[in-house]
Amino acid sequence: MTLTAGIDVGSTYTKVVLFDAERQILARALRPTGFRLAEVAREAFDACLAEAGLKESDIDYVVATGFGRHRVDFKDIAVTDLTAAARGAHHFFPGTRTVLDIGGQTMKASRVDGSAKVVAFRLNDKCAAGTGAFLEKTARYMGYSVEEIGQVMQTSREAVPISGVCAVFAESEVINHLSLGTPPGDIMQGAIESLTTRTVQLMRRIKAQPEYTLVGGILRFETMARTVEKSLDHAVNVPPDGYCQFIAALGAAILGHQRLAKLAATPERAAAPV
Amino acid sequence: MAYAAGVDVGSTQTKAVVIDEDGQIIGRSLVDTGANVIQAAQNAFDEALRAKGLSEQEVEYVIGTGYGRYRVTFGNDQVTEISCHARGAVHLFPNTRTVVDMGGQDTKAILVSENGEIVDFCMNDKCAAGTGRFLGAASAALDIPLDNLGEVALRSTHPVKISTTCTVFAESEVLSWLGKGKTIEDILWGVHRSIATRSIGLMRRVGIEDEITFTGGVSRNSAMVAALEQNCGKKMNVSEDCQFIGALGAALFALERIKTGRIPTQEAS
Repeated sequence: MTLTAGIDVGSTYTKVVLFDAERQILARALRPTGFRLAEVAREAFDACLAEAGLKESDIDYVVATGFGRHRVDFKDIAVTDLTAAARGAHHFFPGTRTVLDIGGQTMKASRVDGSAKVVAFRLNDKCAAGTGAFLEKTARYMGYSVEEIGQVMQTSREAVPISGVCAVFAESEVINHLSLGTPPGDIMQGAIESLTTRTVQLMRRIKAQPEYTLVGGILRFETMARTVEKSLDHAVNVPPDGYCQFIAALGAAILGHQRLAKLAATPERAAAPV
Repeated sequence: MAYAAGVDVGSTQTKAVVIDEDGQIIGRSLVDTGANVIQAAQNAFDEALRAKGLSEQEVEYVIGTGYGRYRVTFGNDQVTEISCHARGAVHLFPNTRTVVDMGGQDTKAILVSENGEIVDFCMNDKCAAGTGRFLGAASAALDIPLDNLGEVALRSTHPVKISTTCTVFAESEVLSWLGKGKTIEDILWGVHRSIATRSIGLMRRVGIEDEITFTGGVSRNSAMVAALEQNCGKKMNVSEDCQFIGALGAALFALERIKTGRIPTQEAS
């Protein structure tokens, strides 16, 4: 049985997915990225192998993606995160025409064709106000950790407006709201709506079309998808079982199988030195 | 003797200056603005009065300025910080034509005429990059007090190039440079240069004239002065009063109102 691994070294988390030739996901693993990219990629890979009860030699092909993909020294090939996320989104939702990926320090929108090829994309990695960092900062200003964001948002009844211009300047806004007695949930929801405004702007710039598939770590907070849906006035797909965070890693693993198939069809290329 | 005062309520710190009828500073103070802005303004004013044992009644006219100028409840009027910085800078350095004011949350560039009037100005109030907050982020990431950043940065030998624009991402970039083994000195000088680049861009939009005065809290930072001077190739006027220039300008406007008799009656105010 042919097995591949996809490793997505993101700005905040490193994700690994193992995938077999029958399109089954065997295992997944997640580690905070930190600053030792090469080591963390190795740790996450080993953890994923252990989870599946496999050895490194059982894996036929390793595909790396994400901003730290070039630091994965045991990879066979590297692909961009846009290509990988498009492929991963297609696995769960074959009708996907737009992929929106909201990560810790980036936001990317891509338009894809029926075979999961990216035909247009836009991204923001310059300003924290248009990325997951905006939510993280808002939570921190109120004394909550990232993992508590979901809980805090559940208590929201009515969002207060939070200006999404700058994640730093949002601090004074958040503090003002708190001192006026605004519940943290309403402030958090305000931040989500502000981020959604930027999301929809980015999608408009690539002329996004349904089906929309939302991926990335921020989508583990359910409210985000609901808010985007309301703003687009259209249903969106979110990968099930917390896979929203693993879509690029999954896509990378799937691309590994495609690559192996291609190599098998053209044996002279397989024999050539890499 | 007539006294006038200016209170500059900034995003981070509140400054008060009391002057006599000759425009000489006779009292000044600096307090953290914090969450209670009204109280901060009052505290700053009280402290500036205390220097010469004056009472509030002896000060004829008070002008509030800065982002919290409407919270100066005892103020007779408000004037924007742009006008006050221009006025104060020209008072301290009469040949000033370009003023750059770096505060806790915004940076402003002001072009002034020979008689201290504002010709043009621009500011970055939409994004924290290139403001004092960028230094604050570096200070937090490296755990070095804000006041020491300058002297550490000036010891740099092989500066790193900070590539991120956003203050939030700069914090992680600083940590990643540390992880790559760069020294704190070299990282910090890179941070100062990055802020200088953005500020000079702002100054170019109004015009960089021969005499430049650097005001605001960040002007106390010697590395910031050096980075700006290196980038634009010109010397900057700085003085230990630079942090108080907004408040001084407000006090000078207040004095002018006293002298020209443009004082509204108590009922009208």
